[in-house]
Amino acid sequence: MKAPLIAAGFALVASTAAAETLTVYAPDYFASEWGPGPAIKQAFEAECGCELEFVTGDVLPRILLEGDRSEADVAIGLSQDEMARAAESGLFAPHGQDVSALTMPVTWEDKTFLPFDWSHLAFIYDSTRMETPPASFEAMLDMADDTRIVIQDPRASAAGLALVMWVQALYGEEAGAAWERLSPKILTVTKGWSEAYGMFTEGEADMVLSFTTSPAYHIVAEGDETKQAAIFEEGNYLYVELAAKLAGTEQPELAQSFMDFILSDGFQTAIPEGNWSFPAKLEEAKWPEAFRNLPVPDKVLYVDAATAEAMKADAIETWRQGLSQ
Amino acid sequence: MAAGAQPITRWLAGAAATLVLAVTLGTLAAVAWRAENFAAVGPAAQDALWFTLWQAVVSASLSVILAVPVARALARRRFFGRGAVITLMGAPFILPTIVAVLGLVAVFGRSGVVNVALRALGLPEVSPYGAQGVILAHVFFNLPLAVRLVLQGWLAIPAERFRLAASLGMGAGAIQRGIEWPMLRGVLPGAWLLIFALCLTSFAVALALGGGPRATTVELAIYQAFRFDYALGAASVLGLVQFALAGAAAALAWGLARPTVFAGGLGGVVRRWDGGGWLRWQDGLVVVLAALFLLAPLVAVALRGVPGLAEMPWAVWHAAGRSVAVALGSAALCLALALPMALAARRGLWVQLVGVLPIAASPLVIGTGLFILSYRWVRPDEIALVVTALVNAVLALPFALAALVPAAREMRAGSGRLADSLGMTGLARLRLVTLPTLRRPIGFALGLAAALSMGDLGVIALFADGDTATLPLQLYRLMAAYRIDQAAGAALLLLVLSLGLFWGFDRGGRANAGA
Repeated sequence: MKAPLIAAGFALVASTAAAETLTVYAPDYFASEWGPGPAIKQAFEAECGCELEFVTGDVLPRILLEGDRSEADVAIGLSQDEMARAAESGLFAPHGQDVSALTMPVTWEDKTFLPFDWSHLAFIYDSTRMETPPASFEAMLDMADDTRIVIQDPRASAAGLALVMWVQALYGEEAGAAWERLSPKILTVTKGWSEAYGMFTEGEADMVLSFTTSPAYHIVAEGDETKQAAIFEEGNYLYVELAAKLAGTEQPELAQSFMDFILSDGFQTAIPEGNWSFPAKLEEAKWPEAFRNLPVPDKVLYVDAATAEAMKADAIETWRQGLSQ
Repeated sequence: MAAGAQPITRWLAGAAATLVLAVTLGTLAAVAWRAENFAAVGPAAQDALWFTLWQAVVSASLSVILAVPVARALARRRFFGRGAVITLMGAPFILPTIVAVLGLVAVFGRSGVVNVALRALGLPEVSPYGAQGVILAHVFFNLPLAVRLVLQGWLAIPAERFRLAASLGMGAGAIQRGIEWPMLRGVLPGAWLLIFALCLTSFAVALALGGGPRATTVELAIYQAFRFDYALGAASVLGLVQFALAGAAAALAWGLARPTVFAGGLGGVVRRWDGGGWLRWQDGLVVVLAALFLLAPLVAVALRGVPGLAEMPWAVWHAAGRSVAVALGSAALCLALALPMALAARRGLWVQLVGVLPIAASPLVIGTGLFILSYRWVRPDEIALVVTALVNAVLALPFALAALVPAAREMRAGSGRLADSLGMTGLARLRLVTLPTLRRPIGFALGLAAALSMGDLGVIALFADGDTATLPLQLYRLMAAYRIDQAAGAALLLLVLSLGLFWGFDRGGRANAGA
């Protein structure tokens, strides 16, 4: 009676040995057990009969460091402000997806970088502590100087970088003056989003730079509706997260099937309550209720990758000088 | 003087120094080697350099000046719980930055106890943000280190000297001039240098509390070069600038230092006859104030963390286990590097120089350099934990040396001669003379290395994958997933484990040592 068992054992070993592994580089927050990663891994593995492995860390710097020797098959979690730098490296290949029917406020045209989720940058406030939030960026600059805002450093954080692009896009030549007006209200500038948001929830700050989708977490997980996003008349900056296939992947077919999977429901339904942002291609009826009811800006500010790359250095330097006064 | 260090010790010391050079300057060279062009350092970096310098001078000077009365009070008083106070007061230094920042904000922040009290009294509020926030945080971090280093100096003064001083009828003032001041001249420059160099490379503190571009350090400029510009050339230039600064500080401190070697004592409990009357009250007040300043943020972290502790997911406990393993490995490796270096050092010049290098090194440059050197041969996540242990052992080395070198020098001047005359060498000498005599600094070094490695985030971030996360990394993941309560629980766990490791080793080192 042992022989069939042994045979079965061999078959099992053989099948695991044959199963291919897809390596996906992703940010920590995406692949952690509290992010969308585990659900996506499970759904994709059920489909492909392969194994999906997340490698976490600073995605783009690591890929640039590894160059064409990178073990990554797919990179996930790049922001649109990084897109031009990533494209210039020549390390990424076309995604081959139909992006005409995305559920995003802008038309997407790029053929290499595929959006998988998005939200707007927004300042989050606590409605029990701030009764009348500013209705425009301009009104925020005019707030009393004892209002305390926490933002992130554009040189260390993707959200912080997106904010300086937002100000640059809104104010252009006057961006420096805008920063000078905001300066007295800035309590501190943190390295990353986590520290800033922690300071806000601990009651240190009146407003924190985050996303229009942040209140959804508090509503869904804590039943707390007091955390709200300030919606600005001039428009809130669109923040898009992207995925791309590596040109040098040794398993182009498997990588391609993952790219095909990104816009499917299996992936997209894990996004709202996993990454706490809007899915890039999922009809609104399938969104969790909290997301359908989130207030969003009528006007969206979108800066394309080429413009973003051209603006970036200047925007950071303007921020630096404006806050150094 | 007796014959030099034994050949085996010298050989081991040479190997240790080579490893340190490879990890510090070698990784910088690797980054420079991969750089495509070396951009000039722009105005932003110049401003960063200026801020880095002046805040480091202020932070180091304040830490060292404040440490003197605290260390003196601890050196001449015996009271119940003195050992616990010394250990607990050492805690901030070994705290992971994120935990320390949470604690400082809880005490000095807008809704912290200090400001609540000030508001109730109608007094103006204090702010832990901006440049003063950076300095506050640096003094909070480094005062304990300064106290420990100065206290080591005090405890290294043989008890017989104080007995002699008492029999000669010397008062507190005369003892200060005759015994304590020469010791301080020997100890303070080294302590100042260590802390200055630490504040030079400070990164996360300045970024969380600094409040923006006015408080930008060179280390942040390096981070920016890596993260956003992918400018390895600029990063390596800035890395070199950091080495140059710390090197200049080392030279300066070396010029100021007057190493004192006391005649050998018997290692007994130091009993003091000076400092009665009002000095007793002064010492008491100093110790209480220092303890309040250093402990209140820890208490705040602990109180905040308790509710989240129960609902912490398993992944956090797993990560805690990994972190403890890394910390123990790092501590063992650090001692293996430091002990032969301290024993081989005759006057300590080259050891001091090699020992300064890790402080001046940028953890980002080290991590990236090791990555460049290794990723072609091994998968980074396979060596993530080993690399973290290695890098932290090297980073903790300066502190281990600071504790071990003076003690080793004392030992050579004291029991070393007897051992030489008895022809005692090798393991017998290590077991019978070296380890028992150096027990206290060894315990301190092991505890420090373990605790520092426990809180490290810099290196692991580049190498780890989802399965090799350490506790600090999990803490960030919880925060990034909006789970602030659980993150507070993880911060408490991190605090308890760091402190527990330090306490365990340090206590082991002090057992039967009469202090």
